[in-house]
Amino acid sequence: MSLGQRVSNDRQLTRLLQIGVVLEEVVESRAAHHLETLPPDERDAVDGEVETLLVDAAEESADHRERLEALIDDLEAETVSYEEINTLVDAQYGPPEDTDGVLYDQLANEETAYKFYDDLIAAIDASETEFAVDRGRLLDTLTTIREEEKEGAEEVTEIMERRA
Amino acid sequence: MNTADQYLKAIYLAQRIEEGPASTGTLADLLEVSPASVNEMVGKLEDRELVEHEKYKGATLTDEGLERAHNALQTYCIIERFLTNVLEVDEFREEARALESVIDDTVAERLDTIIDRPAQCPDCFDAEQDHCELLESGDHAK
Repeated sequence: MSLGQRVSNDRQLTRLLQIGVVLEEVVESRAAHHLETLPPDERDAVDGEVETLLVDAAEESADHRERLEALIDDLEAETVSYEEINTLVDAQYGPPEDTDGVLYDQLANEETAYKFYDDLIAAIDASETEFAVDRGRLLDTLTTIREEEKEGAEEVTEIMERRA
Repeated sequence: MNTADQYLKAIYLAQRIEEGPASTGTLADLLEVSPASVNEMVGKLEDRELVEHEKYKGATLTDEGLERAHNALQTYCIIERFLTNVLEVDEFREEARALESVIDDTVAERLDTIIDRPAQCPDCFDAEQDHCELLESGDHAK
């Protein structure tokens, strides 16, 4: 058991970045599923704002995934493909009942991703390990992604408040 | 998972292994820390009414401590199963131990949306083997 929040070697860092990729793939896949599986009357009610939010979220996750994959490449490891994660999401997916459910799920996605990157940055900061990937580039990438997750959560919250 | 939750999980597992209060020595072995560190943390958990400690016997979880330990073990099971089923990691026990302090329970909940976890989880966790008794290395989803 490892007490204390720190990343102490390349393997651990690689695993955490791979988990980040999977989280992004889950966001991307769930956003696509939400749009496809809402009942027709609910789908009609999904206004442009929510639809744009889901499309943007999927695009942003794909972009985050690519940035994480570039770091993982430098660590000479592989990632799980989007198609594989999409299949796993599909197997367990239970669609939200309505548009509010979609928004709550989207908020949970953004907040979870923010928490993940925040903890990961703290764990890298707490470590003095010299990683195979440049520490400055690693932290810059993760900090940028974390900020975008924060903005994403704020965007969802604003839409929810307007709809309330 | 924070340090307090890791301790609560260890106390829960030690109670199962010892079929009674968790001794300081067993906790020190499970957590790979010194007995002095265990005693200090158990004291803090006792102050928070998560644990009851009886001298020369050991630590026992209160109802609130048990609930938190149960949740922490479930988070740990999700990490182990995710490593095995999704990332296809053979040494999932070692890696789960190394990662658990960095993976928050909200993150584990998201990972849980793509894994197939038994309904009885975490009761099927084998405390001595340190993994779910229904999970085998090489038990990949694909």
